[in-house]
Amino acid sequence: MARLDIQNLTAFYGDFQALFGVDIGLAEGQTVAIIGANGAGKTTLLRSIAGVLNNDAEMIKLNDRPIGDLSADQIMPMGVAMVPEGRKLFQSLSVEENLQIGTYGRNVAGQWNLDTIYELFPILKEKRLVSSTALSGGQQQMVAIGRALMSNPEILLCDEISLGLAPVVIRDIYAAFPRIKAAGVSVVIVEQDISQALAVSDYVYCMMEGQVTLHGKPADIGRDEIHDAYFGSLPSQEVGA
Amino acid sequence: MIWVDTVIQGVLLGGLYTLFATGLSLVFGIMRLVNLAHGDFIIFGAYVILVLVTWMGLDPFLAVLIAMPFMFALGYVLQIVMLNKVIGDEILPPLLVTFGLSIVVQNVLLEGFTADTQRIHAQELQIASVDLGVATVGVLPLLTFGSAILVIVILQQIFYRTSLGRAFRATSDDPVTASLMGIKTDNIFAIATGIAMVVVTISALYLGMRASFDPAIGPARLIYAFEAVIIGGLGSFWGTLVGGVIIGVAQVLGAAVNPEWQILSGHVAFIIVLLVRPRGLFPKAGL
Repeated sequence: MARLDIQNLTAFYGDFQALFGVDIGLAEGQTVAIIGANGAGKTTLLRSIAGVLNNDAEMIKLNDRPIGDLSADQIMPMGVAMVPEGRKLFQSLSVEENLQIGTYGRNVAGQWNLDTIYELFPILKEKRLVSSTALSGGQQQMVAIGRALMSNPEILLCDEISLGLAPVVIRDIYAAFPRIKAAGVSVVIVEQDISQALAVSDYVYCMMEGQVTLHGKPADIGRDEIHDAYFGSLPSQEVGA
Repeated sequence: MIWVDTVIQGVLLGGLYTLFATGLSLVFGIMRLVNLAHGDFIIFGAYVILVLVTWMGLDPFLAVLIAMPFMFALGYVLQIVMLNKVIGDEILPPLLVTFGLSIVVQNVLLEGFTADTQRIHAQELQIASVDLGVATVGVLPLLTFGSAILVIVILQQIFYRTSLGRAFRATSDDPVTASLMGIKTDNIFAIATGIAMVVVTISALYLGMRASFDPAIGPARLIYAFEAVIIGGLGSFWGTLVGGVIIGVAQVLGAAVNPEWQILSGHVAFIIVLLVRPRGLFPKAGL
């Protein structure tokens, strides 16, 4: 069964249309990467899934249940957690409180709790009582990921994890992904950093101007095709399927 | 020694102003809503207690316990049906709506209770006093001040020790990201207004027992509350206490010099603090 089934998704900001009929599927335990240039609609897609943007109910199905018209505070308790672009930690909360608040709408037992998050990112345990503003960018990103994991989600949405981070820090953070995936969570990764996204994902969608221009397994997609899907105007095509 | 006595009376009066201000500070801190009807809600609360005391013959302190859940519910519903619809990026709509509310509350009270002054009677409590050595102080002002401290301690505990408090602070920081945590921000705002109304009820009790009131005096209480909040620094509860005490001491000192100067000297103290520290004494980062 598809965890997440997105069909013909359209999204608007007022009169501006950001998505033009996007189809994306996510199976249980699968990691899907969504790549594309700025303004391709990647963040809009994640915001639609998370419920920050509302759409027609049937456009987005979670475990076969239409959720497109639900709000973020209704969708999160169903097991969809988001690592938002720019991390968006709560400044008035300490590191530990930022992690704790991840369970506010959904407090279920599972692999992830404060102890296991501190095991995954040991530096956070040292910094647990400091304000989230006192952390480096990479540490803040760890808190944002930990905060999302605290609810033991079925689906983890990661928006531009590598944005603004040094390559070595990005590598450290992505090094945690095998353990995150091992817990059985389905992951959607939105990235501009293609190499990291391809390395951890089972399936890739490339978006441009609000549409999916290329999709397939990472191994089957060549760099040139990605280049064309990124910058060119190829029609939607599937590779190697 | 007369000056020591005067300052102590001023500090205790500051407790009342702190109570006025705390509800305002709470609501502003969480949802950036400036509630211009805050003073009128205090007067409204005083009439609720008055009704329970005069018509049902209850003790004022029992009456306030009954009024609290009622006022919480009123605040909660008011936030859900009205205020949540006007708060947002624009600052003017909530100001206009609460300004209108202020007029509505005043006129409802005028219709229901006429313009006659009223007082919540608490028999001997109103004249009881204790000798502290350096000064003799009224039991009622002492209770008022103690209640102000207690309210702030409880609010601090809620804010910094509970899951609800984390949700308050998170929603205040960033409502959209808070909703990604499963926080129903409309509900959080309504609870905050409900709690503010509970504090309003407590301040109404002491206001009504300390002096007489009528439907029109709300806006003046709002001014004192504003001044205390701004002196303390927006969003800081302990700062609000300091602000309330500064206004109280200034007023009583002014009155000791010349009774006509009481109100004026409170405002002058406010302006001096504002000139020296425009962001208040204990500003919270980010506000």
